[in-house]
Amino acid sequence: MASVTIREVRKAFGPVEIIHGVNIDIEDGEFVILVGPSGCGKSTLLRMLAGLENITSGEISIGNRVVNQVPPKERDIAMVFQNYALYPHMSVADNMAFSMKLRGAPQSEITERVDKAARILGLTQLLDRYPRQLSGGQRQRVAMGRAIVRDPQVFLFDEPLSNLDAKLRVQMRTEIKELHQRLKTTTVYVTHDQIEAMTMADKIVVMHDGIVEQIGAPLDLYDNPDNLFVAGFIGSPAMNFIKGRIEGGEFVADGGFRLPVGKAPAGAEGRPVIYGLRPEHIRIEAGGVPTEVVVVEPTGSETQVVLRVGGQEIVAVFKERLTARPGETLAISPSLAVAHLFDADTGRRLVA
Amino acid sequence: MSDAAITPSGHDRAGPSFWEGLKTNRNFLGFWFMLPAAAFLVLFLVYPLGLGVWLSFTDSKIGNPGDFIGLENYEWIIGDAKFQLAVFNTLFYTFVASVVKFAVGLYLAILLNNHLPFKAMIRAVVLIPFIVPTVLSAIAFWWIFDPQFSVISWALRKWGWISGNIDFLGDPWNARISVIFANVWRGVPFIAITLLAGLQTVSPSLYEAATLDGASKWQMFRYVTYPILTPIIAVVMTFSVLFTFTDFQLIKVLTNGGPAGTTELMATMSYNTAILGGRIGEGAAISTAMIPFLLGAIMISWFGLQKRKWQQGSDND
Repeated sequence: MASVTIREVRKAFGPVEIIHGVNIDIEDGEFVILVGPSGCGKSTLLRMLAGLENITSGEISIGNRVVNQVPPKERDIAMVFQNYALYPHMSVADNMAFSMKLRGAPQSEITERVDKAARILGLTQLLDRYPRQLSGGQRQRVAMGRAIVRDPQVFLFDEPLSNLDAKLRVQMRTEIKELHQRLKTTTVYVTHDQIEAMTMADKIVVMHDGIVEQIGAPLDLYDNPDNLFVAGFIGSPAMNFIKGRIEGGEFVADGGFRLPVGKAPAGAEGRPVIYGLRPEHIRIEAGGVPTEVVVVEPTGSETQVVLRVGGQEIVAVFKERLTARPGETLAISPSLAVAHLFDADTGRRLVA
Repeated sequence: MSDAAITPSGHDRAGPSFWEGLKTNRNFLGFWFMLPAAAFLVLFLVYPLGLGVWLSFTDSKIGNPGDFIGLENYEWIIGDAKFQLAVFNTLFYTFVASVVKFAVGLYLAILLNNHLPFKAMIRAVVLIPFIVPTVLSAIAFWWIFDPQFSVISWALRKWGWISGNIDFLGDPWNARISVIFANVWRGVPFIAITLLAGLQTVSPSLYEAATLDGASKWQMFRYVTYPILTPIIAVVMTFSVLFTFTDFQLIKVLTNGGPAGTTELMATMSYNTAILGGRIGEGAAISTAMIPFLLGAIMISWFGLQKRKWQQGSDND
């Protein structure tokens, strides 16, 4: 196990720079998730960490050793690929043993380690099978087994669950988290799915267009997003953004309605701001802002409602079952003591 | 078929007639759809092959249909030193040319699989020997191997490596190596391009996984590329062996079997005996004698082509 430090790392393909100076500190044993929309550079960053891409400038260290010039096999890392990258002509056991065989490890040690990894992942019955004979989830597990066998300092996961169906994804999510709690190996995990990030990570790194937008614990990012991007990216359904300005300690939307802000940020009076309101922080209140119901989507455990107010649609999620019909009027108000307010020009959060 | 079920057979409530049933019978229809193709195959493949085999059991000569004489032709050619030499030549030619073609073709395929500048153009250039008509390239080689005007002899003389011209096609072993060289030149593109197609199906992430697993370039080839490529190697080498074994044009133009029968292959010997020599029965026996060798090659590849256990099941992604 080891810590990982990424210092001012940049990556350019020819003249195009796609990662613009990234700094991340990953502690020993931490489960860190790099999350962001496609093309944000998260996979490239992971591949630089693995040694599959070289580093244009900056420094990456694993366990206090700068690895910029260290070949991949000597970095003491193991990687799980999005398409698993299992060798199709090797059995499950051979797939897992391949790195040890190349290293010339004694057969007894290989058998012991492969068996141990297979036990951890429930693959013992499948050791003689070939990848094509396995289901998606089983292949995913073999790919993890191949990583575990190597007993590396750092596990790298590159969108490992994106090829699985929704149900299996939820199950594998739990399995990976369990595995990490058991092995306590430093893990860097890349995904574009913010739910994966929220549920699994000790620490989330939100990336966008080659820069780090915010680093923090999942609930920290949820409660205190630094900027509009993080606020919109974390949480599902996404946060509603309402344009307006602060007037007399209250938020006045461009659509004309007013919302309470709790404690208004200093010097915000009269400035254009964006009011961030999470769908789950909306409650029905008799004296609230009147809105028109557009669509009602019950999921059983909750009801998702699209509302129109001041010429803008916002999404609300209610725990209670709603009988409202489209066209009816619903009075709502924010249930949060302090609102998320963002500067309309910079997108930065305004702190009270 | 669904037609029959939907169409109300108003006038015949007892059920569809025999003809109705036949019209929707898959096997019956399939037979008729297959017939044109089958007729072509019978006319142009089965009939000539059968005729050839039949002629090999007769003493037919040009202008004389001949009579059935059993295995006499075979008894005669088996004892014939010229035939024995031709069999040896054919096996030697096929073996050496196929091995060299495979090695060069695979090497070329791996080179072309790398990121090269002008990749598409280089790949097109590699195909040239394959698309030039064989007889044309044979004539070109005929000049290259010419005892007086050979460009190879000329160049080597200029560099001072040799003093006299090389007798490429006049010396038995020189001639054998020369025709094999020409065959390799012609056959390599087919193998290289086919193997290249195979190489491109190997997912790049396998190489990345192997890199992380600590494999060297050679180990990657030995343990990842080569095993994944084996099915396509089996196919391409079967074709290559069959083509080489039955080669005719190159030899006919370059040496016509000479000197003294040292480059005579079974195919050219059969032609020379049957068409030029007029001894059709004997020539047919020589070409029929190629069939067991070809069947042997096909059998080997058939077993090689059996789906390996790892190929069964669904795709990796």
